[in-house]
Amino acid sequence: MKRENIIEVKDLTKKFGNFTANDKLTFSVRKGEVFGFLGANGAGKTTAIKILCGLSKPTSGDISVVGYDVYTQPEEIKKNIGYMSQKFSLYEDLTTAENFRFFGGIYGLKKAEIKQKTSFYLQQLDMENARDKIIQSVPLGWKQKLAFSIAVMHEPDIVFLDEPTSGVDPITRRQFWDMIYNTAREGITVFLTTHYMDEAEYCERVTILVDGRIEALDTPMALKKQFGGSSMEEVFVKLARKKLTVDG
Amino acid sequence: MRNISYIIQKEFIQLFRNHVMLRIIILMPVIQLFILAYAATFEIKKIRLVVVDQDHSVTSRDLTAHFQGSPFYKAGKHYDSYKIAENDIIHGSADQILIIPAGFEKDLNREGFSQVQVVTDAINGSAASLMSAYSLAIIRDFNERILLQEKNIQFGQPIKIQYSYWYNPRLDYINFMVPGILVLLVTLIGMFLSSMALVREKEIGTIEQINVSPIRKYQFIIGKLLPFWVVALADLAFGLILAKLAFNIPIVGSIGLIFLMAMVYLLVMQGIGLLLSTITNTQQQAMFLSWFILVVLILMSGLFTPIESMPHWAQVLTWFNPIAYFIETMRMIMLKGSGFMDVMKSFLILSTLSIFILSLAIWRYRKVV
Repeated sequence: MKRENIIEVKDLTKKFGNFTANDKLTFSVRKGEVFGFLGANGAGKTTAIKILCGLSKPTSGDISVVGYDVYTQPEEIKKNIGYMSQKFSLYEDLTTAENFRFFGGIYGLKKAEIKQKTSFYLQQLDMENARDKIIQSVPLGWKQKLAFSIAVMHEPDIVFLDEPTSGVDPITRRQFWDMIYNTAREGITVFLTTHYMDEAEYCERVTILVDGRIEALDTPMALKKQFGGSSMEEVFVKLARKKLTVDG
Repeated sequence: MRNISYIIQKEFIQLFRNHVMLRIIILMPVIQLFILAYAATFEIKKIRLVVVDQDHSVTSRDLTAHFQGSPFYKAGKHYDSYKIAENDIIHGSADQILIIPAGFEKDLNREGFSQVQVVTDAINGSAASLMSAYSLAIIRDFNERILLQEKNIQFGQPIKIQYSYWYNPRLDYINFMVPGILVLLVTLIGMFLSSMALVREKEIGTIEQINVSPIRKYQFIIGKLLPFWVVALADLAFGLILAKLAFNIPIVGSIGLIFLMAMVYLLVMQGIGLLLSTITNTQQQAMFLSWFILVVLILMSGLFTPIESMPHWAQVLTWFNPIAYFIETMRMIMLKGSGFMDVMKSFLILSTLSIFILSLAIWRYRKVV
């Protein structure tokens, strides 16, 4: 089955002075896919995701997201994507419901829609008793799930998740992945970054980034076959080590 | 427009949930008015005078009594030696020394004139000139009496000056200070809170979530500024009520005009705060920079020292100082009852400044880095 591409990236390069954070990345993401960016800290995952979201300007390359060009139509892109940053980004001094209302509001949702969505997600997350709690008093794992719900409440075409599960306990991570799959089933493309190797196994396709370059891109199954590893962890270690020996 | 209302709502919730901030907003006008209005005065009372009377005569005692009878002077110590008196000034326990040399009375009676010396601690220049003026006035008074009593001569003054002080007939220092202090009040709220509110979002990372949304720059900025604009105006109203009730400061002019000017003025100061928040990354940096700029603007605003006495280059700088315009306007409206035509020039300049600075700030604010 051939699915259309929702993100197309050709030769994306981002330089900060002399440092090249992203070096000629070329890849495409299909509609409805769960697409993973795997890499160590500092491999350039966050830089790339910020460029795709229109938060940061690329140095060069052709990039289109949801059919819009990142250079000329960043505001169009923003209407059609959701984003959950690495740094936790709900308002700590607002309640759960107030966070839903604020973010729903700035994405232009109607009052009734905001109300209905808030109830829907709180029910789904089994967090109705946290509706009027100040976010500060809510445990981290819950916050992450709320942040994810808020990132998709305006029904974007793509949701970008930047290390959504870092610092979260295993049970919550499990639940988080259920949410990711549910979202993908609804037709929302999920683009995520992670440094957890086991999470890479859950993605439909994985890109392995090493020092700002794409070292491999395929389904987890194919990658394991190609590099002769029994898990994504082995594949990753092999690629990272290969890189080390080449450098050394 | 609806987007903006959500931002405004959020800012108000955050502000009212921040009890420390809320208390400061309410307490600030009270503290500023009560303490500053009474403490920040140029009048000098209870000057600590040390008398070195080497003459020990009736006349010298009479002169000393003149000083001590003045409400501005506190009965001080008497020494025989100038050296000891000098020590008191060195150690800061005296402000002025009156030296009456030996033979003072004799010279006065025999020669018709005599001399005294007054030494003033002039570390604080303006206080020193006031103290000198007080001592001169007392000595002149004393001279007139001698001439009248002993020689029966009316002190000859072909031209007598009749003083008449307009707009502040009793030269009340508080009347002069309070309008300026109200300006400081709205300035602090307008400039600081606006800049903090934006930088805080940068610091905690929520700004990314805003920048990745389709909200427009001007919508976000209006949503950010409007709440503090309203809060500052409410605080001004509170301050004016306090000024009227607690200090009985005359508000001769129109309250509406005061608010009209404040509305425009606040936009300028909020624009400056916003501009600072776009070029800083932490609240600490923003706070430091705001203070630096604010201190310069206040010192050059005519709040404490008259602009007319500044050197020319400094006067030129005040043409660009929004605080100077607003303080002048506030004093004119509150004390003089000036109408719109009188303050129109300030109104136009502040409007121009506000458009310029806000455009600059919106342009400087980047959704994309």
